[in-house]
Amino acid sequence: MKHIISVLVENKFGVLSRVSGLFSGRGFNIETISIGPTLDPTVSQMTIVTTGDERILEQILKQLNKLIDVIKVTDLAEKEYVEREMCLIKVNAPAEHRAEALRIADIFRARVVDSSQKSYTFQITGDEKKISAIIELLRPIGIKEIVRTGKVAITRE
Amino acid sequence: MSSKEITGAEIFLECLKKEKVDTLFCYPGGVVLKIFDVLYGQKDLRIILPRHEQGGVHMADGYARSTGKVGVALVTSGPGATNVVTGLATAYMDSIPLVVFTGQVPTALIGNDAFQEADIVGITRPCTKYNFLVKDVKDIAQTIKEAFYIASTGRPGPVLIDLPRDVVTNKAEFHWPDHVDIRSYKPSVMGNKWQIKQAAEAIAKAKKPVAYIGGGVILSNAAAEVLEFAEITKIPVTHTLMGIGGFPGTHPLSLGMLGMHGTYYANMAIHNSDLIVAIGARFDDRVTGKVEGFAPEAKIVHIDVDPTSIRKNVRVDIPIVGDVRHVMVELNKELHHSKEPWDQIRKSWSKQIEAWREERPLTYEYADDVIKPQFVIEKLNEVTRGDAIIVTDVGQHQMWAAQYFKYDKPRDWLSSGGLGTMGYGFPAAIGAKVANPKRDVFCITGDGGIQMNVQELATAVENKIPVKVVILNNRYLGMVRQWQELFYQERYSSVDLGSTPDFVKLAEAYGAIGLRATKPSEVVAVLQEALKAKQTVFMDFVTARYEKVFPMVPAGASINEMIFGEEPKKEEKKLKAVK
Repeated sequence: MKHIISVLVENKFGVLSRVSGLFSGRGFNIETISIGPTLDPTVSQMTIVTTGDERILEQILKQLNKLIDVIKVTDLAEKEYVEREMCLIKVNAPAEHRAEALRIADIFRARVVDSSQKSYTFQITGDEKKISAIIELLRPIGIKEIVRTGKVAITRE
Repeated sequence: MSSKEITGAEIFLECLKKEKVDTLFCYPGGVVLKIFDVLYGQKDLRIILPRHEQGGVHMADGYARSTGKVGVALVTSGPGATNVVTGLATAYMDSIPLVVFTGQVPTALIGNDAFQEADIVGITRPCTKYNFLVKDVKDIAQTIKEAFYIASTGRPGPVLIDLPRDVVTNKAEFHWPDHVDIRSYKPSVMGNKWQIKQAAEAIAKAKKPVAYIGGGVILSNAAAEVLEFAEITKIPVTHTLMGIGGFPGTHPLSLGMLGMHGTYYANMAIHNSDLIVAIGARFDDRVTGKVEGFAPEAKIVHIDVDPTSIRKNVRVDIPIVGDVRHVMVELNKELHHSKEPWDQIRKSWSKQIEAWREERPLTYEYADDVIKPQFVIEKLNEVTRGDAIIVTDVGQHQMWAAQYFKYDKPRDWLSSGGLGTMGYGFPAAIGAKVANPKRDVFCITGDGGIQMNVQELATAVENKIPVKVVILNNRYLGMVRQWQELFYQERYSSVDLGSTPDFVKLAEAYGAIGLRATKPSEVVAVLQEALKAKQTVFMDFVTARYEKVFPMVPAGASINEMIFGEEPKKEEKKLKAVK
């Protein structure tokens, strides 16, 4: 089962390596991981998407808590939350496909962030389903490259 | 520059004094010259120079296990640092508090593949509780304070501090922090009261309970509380390899060790129990055997300071996270209140356990013509009256030392349980003797294990550390040979050590005493002579080559599926039984 775990960590060098080393050393799976600063410059926020049964998830949460640099661990599955991911998609856009590409982008409210004579680059933000959907629709036109941020998530008030 | 400023190396020394470190196991090298210069001529700090950095860390480990204090070692960068990795991993697996300092190349050169550079913080991340790279001389004191705090609190463990050369040569004022507050590190000490109450009720209700104690009892100094617990509730107690000494081995309620080479009655008791009270133990695979077949009818109470230990390997019904001693004090209070007729409740269970005890006691076949290794351990127990610190290596001798010596006190048994490090025993024994100069310290080892850190003989002799080394010499890597005999069709691959060195001459070459016994009749005399000696002694016991450790739970079997040695023919051979 898929879980999103939100982890507050000390903003120190080597912390990412401690967290990723924990996952690799114990055979846990990381699907996506994203890290950024918080309002407090000494604290960073990690969002980790992982899979595993209940027993594995319990171990992941406990092992993360055990790391000296980890301040707080929250399993978002226990809460209401909003998740978002951003994806940049570069598609082939020769003259015959330009209109179609833009039309798909428009449906998903993707923005054009770069364009050349042969390509467009779209920026799309949303949950996993939305991003998968636009990728599927653009695929027949010809996707040259995609870059994804991994998920970020926040609890609802 | 203010006159109060001192070098990082001097700050390092001041910090050790503040932490009341009395012994430092250290090996010098290029980038730590400044620190060694400060150590020169120090009167209130005992400096022990090992002959290999690995030996140094094991010594610090033996010092820590035998005293409960933090063991401290210092080595240089690069190879000095990589040589401590096995020692750190050994301590990490067994939760032993160490602070190990490594030198590092100057901060400006880090990452440049400088001479004797190794990314030791990266290398040791998975085998330390925490590690630090100090980048500023001003941070040394705070870092050392935090390191000792982290190493010795919660579930203890080794901490490494990497000190670049410029950090120890630069100057700063020395400020010793009065306390440590790490917002992300707050170990739970007190157990949940409600859970403790639940546990007490479960213990009162249980008809067939067993207490299963581990290294946590030793680490939290809870042996007295465990004894009180067992005596209130009349609950039989089995221990892991790490839990030896956590409950008196000679006590009528003691079942001895459980697991792969545990006693028949301990394993049968666990397998048939309706309640297991796990105290500072972590359900290691050597204990549980096949997890699916482990104690099928038992409810499990699990007391541990480390929440990750709970429900890692087995299901747990009543988890209690907290320091073992604190929890046991509270649990005992609850049980004192309950006024159950404990003797009455336990009657039939005690009877069943006694029946198992009689059915298959711990035995081996004595021989007149060849020394049985178990016989040496029994005699050592007699000669020392069980009052000695026993330090082992890893293998058959370790299991015999666990089975046939009776440990009544905590911290009298030092052994690498989790990592299973051959070469641990001798240097750890040296560390234990340094910390306990008035105790007799015996290292029980094999001809394989002793050769893994035999260079420390020089350290023992030079520093006048009279450790007594029992070598059970069968010229085999016996435990591996045993597995090959039982499970690999007797294909003895790379286990015959052939003509092992003459350990008597080897000892003498280093200036130690060498003794040898080749017949059972010589065993006691050799042990007594060694006990009396004021120097380091190597005892070469030439033992039966093909002896195996029994009982044994084969890998992948449940712990009630034990195999035993050949049934001794009672009319022909004298049967030795140990209760």
